[in-house]
Amino acid sequence: MTTASTTKPLFEVAGLNVRFGTGPGEVHAVRDAAFSLDAGRCLAIVGESGSGKSALARSLLGLAGPTARVTADRLRVAGHEAREFGPREWRAVRGRRVGLVAQDALVALDPLRPVGKEIAEPLLTHRVVPRREAGARVLALLERVGVPEPAERARAYVHQLSGGLRQRALIASAIAAEPGVLIADEPTTALDASVQSRVLALLGELKESGTGLLLISHDLAVVEALADEVAVMKDGRIVESGPVGRVLEAPEHPYTKSLLAAIPGSGPRRERTVVAPGDGSAPLLDVSGVTKVFKGARGSRRTAVDEVSFALRPGEALGLVGESGSGKSTLARMVLGLAAPDGGTVELGGAPWSGLRERDRRERRHTVQLVPQDPLSAFDPRWSVARIVGEALATAGVARAERRERTVRLLKQVGLSVEHLERRPLALSGGQRQRVAVARALAPSPRLLVCDEPVSALDVSVQAQVLDLLRSLQEELGLATLFISHDLAVVREVCARVLVMKDGRIVESGPVERVFAEPAHPYTRALLEAVPRRARAAVERL
Amino acid sequence: MTPPHISAAVRAVTARAGAAVLVVWGAATCAFLALHLIPGDPVSAIVGSNALVGAEQREEIRHHYGLDRSPLVQYGAYLKQLATGELGDSYQLQQPVSSLLADQIGPTAQLALWSSLVAVVLAATVTVLTSGRSRWPRRVSSAVELLVVSTPSFWLGIMLLTVFSFRLGWLPVSDSGDARSLVLPVITLALPIAAVLTQVMREGLLGALEQPFSLTARSRGLAEHTVRSRHALRHAALPALTLTGWFTGTLLGGAVVVENVFARSGIGRITLQAVSDRDLPVVQGVVALSAVVFVLVGAVVELLYVVVDPRLRKGTGVAAA
Repeated sequence: MTTASTTKPLFEVAGLNVRFGTGPGEVHAVRDAAFSLDAGRCLAIVGESGSGKSALARSLLGLAGPTARVTADRLRVAGHEAREFGPREWRAVRGRRVGLVAQDALVALDPLRPVGKEIAEPLLTHRVVPRREAGARVLALLERVGVPEPAERARAYVHQLSGGLRQRALIASAIAAEPGVLIADEPTTALDASVQSRVLALLGELKESGTGLLLISHDLAVVEALADEVAVMKDGRIVESGPVGRVLEAPEHPYTKSLLAAIPGSGPRRERTVVAPGDGSAPLLDVSGVTKVFKGARGSRRTAVDEVSFALRPGEALGLVGESGSGKSTLARMVLGLAAPDGGTVELGGAPWSGLRERDRRERRHTVQLVPQDPLSAFDPRWSVARIVGEALATAGVARAERRERTVRLLKQVGLSVEHLERRPLALSGGQRQRVAVARALAPSPRLLVCDEPVSALDVSVQAQVLDLLRSLQEELGLATLFISHDLAVVREVCARVLVMKDGRIVESGPVERVFAEPAHPYTRALLEAVPRRARAAVERL
Repeated sequence: MTPPHISAAVRAVTARAGAAVLVVWGAATCAFLALHLIPGDPVSAIVGSNALVGAEQREEIRHHYGLDRSPLVQYGAYLKQLATGELGDSYQLQQPVSSLLADQIGPTAQLALWSSLVAVVLAATVTVLTSGRSRWPRRVSSAVELLVVSTPSFWLGIMLLTVFSFRLGWLPVSDSGDARSLVLPVITLALPIAAVLTQVMREGLLGALEQPFSLTARSRGLAEHTVRSRHALRHAALPALTLTGWFTGTLLGGAVVVENVFARSGIGRITLQAVSDRDLPVVQGVVALSAVVFVLVGAVVELLYVVVDPRLRKGTGVAAA
């Protein structure tokens, strides 16, 4: 499969620097990087967002961008010195010697072209096969990456394929011209846990058959599954590297240690006051038998939520776990009173909540607040923090004169300060934005917080801080929380009880410890399989 | 095809046709109101400067054209005419408005469609050529676009005439019937449209080039111009399509200024004449015609949308998946 000689490394890099911009605004994205990669091996580059790992990966394809300046002492790609490459030489390398698998196939494949054409593109560009044979080769490639009914799928468009299938199609297009090495940039980040493991297995197979793999990831579980060697990157510098077992078992650099410690579920589980189920207090939220049906094209009907019942007591933290499409967000919308159930009822604080006119609901709206997944898209980018939080205060009836003081108090409560008042969302880090989202949710003094994947867009170390914040707020304010996540390890950190949702139904529920230790439903077991081994070990120690 | 599928299609077509009728009715009503609110006696417009027409004959004319009836009755009669495709007779030219328009739609359609085509091809070419990595072509092109957009079309037309017809003598001054006489008016109309389209398409193209799929395409070894023309241009086409439809509809309603500058016959010229002469049936006919044209152009644009973007198709669309 490999076209480069097996004795020569696929990548040989020393003293690689990547800089963007000039003068005082210059960003030194990659500093003095050095590594090499051989055929049939996998090197993982690990780091959080902004650590320079993507800039590093792109510079190996000559695609760091028009504003980037790439310098190196040594930059050998597939046996050739790439420092002197012109555009023509780079084009000969891309796709033919080095393939790229990007993060999310939904946007990484052209949405306006059938996937078959996308897969054929490297074949035709590099004249690997004559045009008339390209179709047959595409089908063979789709079969190779484990796509069923390849003939039909080749004619499909990206949005018609499931997450797993479209990622396979993306991999098929990357390996079409048989490159000796693949750069996989967060290849499974956009996928559900169970699909993720199958795509990882496919990448593992490719590695077995001799393809070199340069894996870029922030997810140590993925790294553990695939890599032979790891390089940990921080602020553009490789701070630690070595065999995967050594680096993950006995990390030397403090940053590596902190990354490992930040994996949800890896630390000791904290004690917290838990309202025991059935302690007699009246439920704050009572969902009984709710159903939601969506009508699709041609009169088809899809039951998103199917007869779901549960209760949530004041101060209780309930986790809702399931993969994308399982109906958890639809359920959250009904709890928030933003979608009307087609069957069943939702009661809030003992009074009806669903089935009301919006005007009658408005007075009690402040009792339930939402913490969104991605605050960057949930906030108006032109508004300052003061205005974002102030709006929520105004709705809650706080007088204009008091708003600033109250906003500052809320910001302090979530670990921010006065200096953040006039910042706009783009000028905040991911963790700070999520803190502002929490502050806004707290502004009208709610009794229930609905957190919809509140940390899934964050780096692990930031994730841990936001989870800490949510936990301490639960304790201080006695807030009830409905915590929605696809990640069992995250739910375990903040919740006492958990519901597992699949295809609109609750398939399992119970105390977190029980569900983790003895999962009854096969689906829960499959979800648990996907939790990083290290985190699972921590759970088993309980 | 299953029965519910067909009934859904029938419902969609019915809804569109209903909307189209509403648009034409609305436009016709506005035209009727505007013309009747303008002060002055339409009979004077009919007789023109002929001073020999006495009061008695004026009454006869008034009765002949039904102008002595109440406005409401006139409106009803007008709608009835419109529904049957009858547009009445021109006051000035004493011939049916429908045949008048039918004679003029040919040159206008020729001019409008060629201008749109030239504008689109020009805009696409300039966009692809100037959205490379170097910024200079883009800056120069932007400046030229701004200049062209802000140039009045009569001036542009006169300048082109001066240079290419009077000085160089390459092209005819006015409509001589052969294809060469179409060149200058088409350029005059196409240039400003192309300039606006280029701005919209460049915005879309640069946006598409930032998308992850463009990175993937480059990582396959595609040349930069191939990434632009094969992948990004199609994404940039969607907003440009709406704009092109609007321009084409406007041009089909008559390019008044350019038709006059180049002494071409066409809907624009009749409109101008009819408005200044208060030739009510002709003006109303033109308004009804351009309403119909806009409805048709809108339908074509929607169809093209579906051709460009598979996500909007019924069989492969997002909803069907």
